[in-house]
Amino acid sequence: MLRLLAGLMRPTAGEIRVLGRPLTRGEARTRRAIGLLSHQSFLYDDLTLLENLTFAARLYGLERPGELAAAALDHAGLGDRLGEVPRRLSRGLTQRAAIARALIHDPRVLLLDEPFTGLDANAADRLRADLHTRLGHGLGVVLVTHHLAEAWDLASRVAVLVEGRWAAYEPRAGALETFLPRYLGLIGA
Amino acid sequence: MPDSLRLALAIAAKDIRAELRSRTALQSALVFAALVLVVFNFARDPTVLSATDLAASVLWVTFALAAMVALNRAFNVERENAALDGLLLAPVPREALFLGKLLANLAFVGTVELVTLPLFTLFFNVSLGAALPGLVGVMALATIGFVSIGTIFSAMAVRTRFAELLLPVLLLPFMVPPLIAAVQVTSRLLSGRPLSEMWGWLRLLALYDIVFVTLCMLVFSAVVDE
Repeated sequence: MLRLLAGLMRPTAGEIRVLGRPLTRGEARTRRAIGLLSHQSFLYDDLTLLENLTFAARLYGLERPGELAAAALDHAGLGDRLGEVPRRLSRGLTQRAAIARALIHDPRVLLLDEPFTGLDANAADRLRADLHTRLGHGLGVVLVTHHLAEAWDLASRVAVLVEGRWAAYEPRAGALETFLPRYLGLIGA
Repeated sequence: MPDSLRLALAIAAKDIRAELRSRTALQSALVFAALVLVVFNFARDPTVLSATDLAASVLWVTFALAAMVALNRAFNVERENAALDGLLLAPVPREALFLGKLLANLAFVGTVELVTLPLFTLFFNVSLGAALPGLVGVMALATIGFVSIGTIFSAMAVRTRFAELLLPVLLLPFMVPPLIAAVQVTSRLLSGRPLSEMWGWLRLLALYDIVFVTLCMLVFSAVVDE
């Protein structure tokens, strides 16, 4: 689903609209508005973190890409690892760098696939706080997770996808504990 | 500078920087090229076949095989951590992406060819002399053609399980026309024949480049997008 929303896959039927505009391959303005964090980091193992993020900033046509990249890595707590290559980093540090890459162009729509994977408690809290701030500034987030507790407080709407079909799509209401029995019923657990 | 060209240069610079750090494609292609030259040199019986008769064919077989080794890496580097998705996600026109990869591949294959050339003169005792500018020209013309095709097939093959096997199978038939033309021109250049004799072959190479660079740029989007 996230690949479809990011424009990496073409839907076999229907149309995807992001910020009210159809997501077509040639439409740079819409694509520029999307940030994606997938299971993969999108980082090149032979480039340093700074080079990786500078390259990403260049792809989005940002001014002063080197400075922006350094600032993004610093914000992710990787300011002292600018010269390190991704393959030497732990899973958690790689995830932080991947998050910094996804956010470097300040997207208006952020697609997150299990964003808390590999993060330690501090980094997870920091990401949650960062997302809260950005949501307050109008960022749209689609967060996919199997661990509802990680994202419950961030959500305004909850959707449950079972075998490729919507089993539920509704505003989030109440505590997770009240939703959990229904969720387990929907997924057949 | 137009946005597409700026993006293409950024992509090419990224590939070159990554290659300079890992040196996997360049080193393996250079070792392979040297090996091919050594094998051809010692397999030849100088009393039956003179070096000049064989030189042009050996040179282009070496270039073609070494290019294949270098081109195999072109999109392999994008497979690591699904980096290709990161490229496709960005607002980068597919033509710019193709041009960037093509420029990087031309730099790799061109480097391999320029390093191989002195080894070739050494092994085959061929004096390039006045033929050198013409030879560099034909190398450029032929290389642009088969590297543009190689770039698109490399993008196609990288999504399969047998990329290293599939690339030569797809690419070799398309390499035949520029290789025939390049061997014909090189052979005449090494024999000291006038350039006027080679215009037909040179025109064929130029036409091949124009047709296939344009075609590859147009179909690249269909190859990389799901």
